[in-house]
Amino acid sequence: MSSSHILSIVTFIYGLAAFLYIFEWVFGKQAAGRAATVVAFIGLIGNTAGIILRWIESYRMGIGHAPLSNLYESLVFFAWCIILLHLFLEWRYKKRIFGVIGTVAAVAALAYASLKPSEIQPLIPALKSNWLIAHVFTCFIGYASFAIAFGISLLYVLRHVGGPAVLKRLPSDSLMDELTHQLVMFGFLFLSAGIISGAVWANSAWGRYWGWDPKETWSLVTWFIYATLLHARFMRGWRGNRIAVLSIVGFLAVLFTYFGVNYLPGLHSYGAMGQ
Amino acid sequence: MPENETSGGIWDAAWGFFASVRLTIILLLSLAATSIVGTFIPQNKQPLEYLQAFGEFGYRLLAALDFFDMYRSWWFRLLIMLLVLNIIVCSIERLASLSKIIFVRNPSFKRSRFQKTRNRSVFDDDRQPETLKDLFLPVLQRRYRHTRLEEGADGALCLFAEKWRWTRIGVYVVHLSIVVLLLGSLVGSIFGFEGFVNIPENETVDTIFLRQSGKAYRLPFSIRCDDFDVRFYANGAPEEFRSRLTILKNGRPVLEKDILVNHPLRYQGINLFQSSYGKMAPEARPEDSELPEEVTLRITMKASGRSFTRQAAIGDQFDLPDGLGTLKVAGFQKAIQFGGQNLGPGLVLALQKTDGQTEQILLPLHFPNFDKMRGGTFFVSILGQKQRAFQPGEHAERYYTGLQVTKDPGVPIVYTGFVGMIIGFIITFFMSHQSVCVELTARQGGTHVAVAGIADRNKLGMERKTAQLAERLQAL
Ligand code: HEM
Repeated sequence: MSSSHILSIVTFIYGLAAFLYIFEWVFGKQAAGRAATVVAFIGLIGNTAGIILRWIESYRMGIGHAPLSNLYESLVFFAWCIILLHLFLEWRYKKRIFGVIGTVAAVAALAYASLKPSEIQPLIPALKSNWLIAHVFTCFIGYASFAIAFGISLLYVLRHVGGPAVLKRLPSDSLMDELTHQLVMFGFLFLSAGIISGAVWANSAWGRYWGWDPKETWSLVTWFIYATLLHARFMRGWRGNRIAVLSIVGFLAVLFTYFGVNYLPGLHSYGAMGQ
Repeated sequence: MPENETSGGIWDAAWGFFASVRLTIILLLSLAATSIVGTFIPQNKQPLEYLQAFGEFGYRLLAALDFFDMYRSWWFRLLIMLLVLNIIVCSIERLASLSKIIFVRNPSFKRSRFQKTRNRSVFDDDRQPETLKDLFLPVLQRRYRHTRLEEGADGALCLFAEKWRWTRIGVYVVHLSIVVLLLGSLVGSIFGFEGFVNIPENETVDTIFLRQSGKAYRLPFSIRCDDFDVRFYANGAPEEFRSRLTILKNGRPVLEKDILVNHPLRYQGINLFQSSYGKMAPEARPEDSELPEEVTLRITMKASGRSFTRQAAIGDQFDLPDGLGTLKVAGFQKAIQFGGQNLGPGLVLALQKTDGQTEQILLPLHFPNFDKMRGGTFFVSILGQKQRAFQPGEHAERYYTGLQVTKDPGVPIVYTGFVGMIIGFIITFFMSHQSVCVELTARQGGTHVAVAGIADRNKLGMERKTAQLAERLQAL
C-alpha cells in the first residue's frame, strides 16, 4: 500500500473520531468519547506511518527528502501536529473538547490535501536545505497550536453571543480563556522560530534574510497580531471575548499566509531560482 | 522657573507617551495594517504599470505616500523607530524597579500574599507540626532554590520556598533582542550592498551592479567562472545549478569553490550566491551591438494575411489599424533574453491596447519573424536584417552564471537577535517566578497542612504544581 492510500484512509479514521467526539459532546455519551480517543490515536499511528512511508518511498525513487516539501506534504504534517497536540491536551486537562476541534481541523486539512497533487516530486535546488525542513516543521507546529486556539476562541465567542445550548457543556470560561492564552504562547514561540528559520534559509539561498515578499510579509502580519494579543493580555489585562476575537483574527491571518497569498498580485519567490 | 517647568512637562509627557503599552498595541496593529497594503500593491514596479492600475490621480497619490516602495518609506521606518523607542523607554521604566526584585540575596516572604491566593490544597495529618516540618523541608529544598522556616504570630509553622526569580527578566531579553535585530538590519542597510553580475564561462569580472541604484560597483577581488553546469530531473525540473568559481586577488587565484543554490561562497565578508544562468548569444559580431538608425517594420494581420510596412526609429509611435491600439518603439537591447536564451540584439516595442493594457513585443534583429510565436491577432517583423534561423542548439553551448553578490555585516547581529528572542520566549512563556508556602497548624491529634502557591505568570501551571506538591507531601 502506498503512503497516499494510507493517508486517505487516515482521513476517514479521523472523520470517524470527529463523529464520535461530536456525538459525545452533543448527547453526553461518555462511551462515545472514550472510543473517539482510541480511534483518533489509531488515526495518529496511521498518519505517522504514512509520513514515514512517504519518506522511504522518496528514497526508493532516488530523490530522497523529508516529506515537508510541498502543499500536500505540509498539510499532512499539519494534521499530524494537530492530532498530536489535541491528544496531549486531552490527556493533560482531561477534557474531550479538544478532540472536536482537533479532529475536525485534521479532516479539513487532509480533505484539502487530497485535492492537491500527491506525487512525490524531486526537490528543486532552492528547496534543498535543512533550514527549509526546520522552517516547515516549526511553522506547522505553530499553526496547529493556533488552530486549536482558534477553535476554542470560536466556541467561546459563539457561547457568548448566545449560540446553541450544547455550547454550555464546554469547559468554564476561565479555563477556555487560559487555554487560548497558553496555546497562543506556544504557537507564537514556534511561529517565531518558523519565521527565523525561514529567514536563515532565505539568506543561504538568495543572499537576503528578509525581502518583504507577500508570504514573508503576511507571516509578519500574523506575528504582529498575536504579539498584540499577548501584550493586551499581559499588560492591559484583556480577557475573554476580546482575546478570543484577536485569536480568531490571528488564525485568519495564518490561513491567508498559507493559502491566500497565492492569489495576490505578484508571486512568492518560493522555489523560484532567482527573484 | 516656569520655562523649565514647561520643558519638563513636555519631556514628561513624551516619556509617558513612550512608556505606554497602549502605544505598543497601536503600533503593532498599524504595522500589521500597513504591511498588508504593501502585499496588495506590488512593490517596486515600473511607473507605467502603476499608472494603468490606479489611474493618474491614484498613481500620484500613492507615489507621494511612497506606497510603491513602502517598506523603505520614511513613515514605515518611523513606525519601526517609534516601536524601538517604546520598547527602550518601557524597559528603562521597569528595569529599575525590577532589579530590586531580582537582585536580592535572601528573598523575604509575606505570608499574607499566600493567604490571599485561591490556589491552595489542604489536608490533615495525625503527626505533630515539628515532625512534619523535618519531613517536608528536604522535599522543598530539593525543588526550590530558597527555603525558609518561620513561625507565625498564630503559632503556625510556615515553610516558604521559591525559585526562578530571574525569569522575570525574560520579557526584557525578548525586547532587547528585537532592538538588536533591528539594529543589525540597520547596520546591513548602511554598510552592506546587494548586487548581481553575470559571468560567462571562462571569463573574469571584478565589477558588479547594485540592485537598488543600478550603479556599477568594484569588488576588492575578481571572480572567474571556470564552469557552469545545470542538471535536470527526468520530469524536466532543474536538479542542480553549479558554478565553479575562482577568486583572484591581484591576478593570482586565492580560492576555488563550487557554489550551488543554498551553498554560497563567502570571501572577505562578501557573499556570492548562485542565482540565475543563461546561454550566451551566438558568437557576437561587431555589427551586433550597433543600433540601426531606422528599421523597417512589417505588421501582418494573422487572420487576413493583410500587411503594411513602416519606417520607425527609437521613440517613434504609430497607431495600428482596426482599433488594435498604438505601437511604440520603446528601446534597443544588446542582448534580448527570452526563456533563458540570449537572442542577441533587438528592439523592444510596447503595444498599448485600446482597453488600456500594454504588452511587450520583442524583436530580435537576427530572428525577424520571432514575433509570430507571440499568439496575438497580428505579428511584427523586421525587414532588411541579416536573418538567422532560430535554432537554439545550433552553436556550441556556452553558459553564463548569474550571481547574487551581497555584503551584509549586520547578519551576525541580526542572528544574535534571533537566538536571544527564542531564548527570551522560552523563559517568558514556560518559566515563571514561583513560590510556595506550607502552613502547619497544630490541631487536636495532629496537624492541619495548607499548601499555597503563587507565580508571576502561568497561574494554571502553578495550580497544577501546587496540587502535585501537596499530594507528594501528603504521601510522606
Ligand atoms: C514587536 C515588538 C514588541 C514591542 C514593540 C514590544 C513592546 C512592549 C512594551 C513597550 C511593553 C511595556 C513594557 C513595560 O511597561 O514593562 C511590553 C511589555 C511586554 N511585552 Fe512586549 N514588545 C514586543 C514584542 C514582544 C513579544 C514578541 C513578546 C512575547 C514574549 C513580548 C512580551 C511582553 C511582555 C510579557 C510584556 C509585559 C512585561 C512586564 O510584565 O513588565 N513583547 N512590550
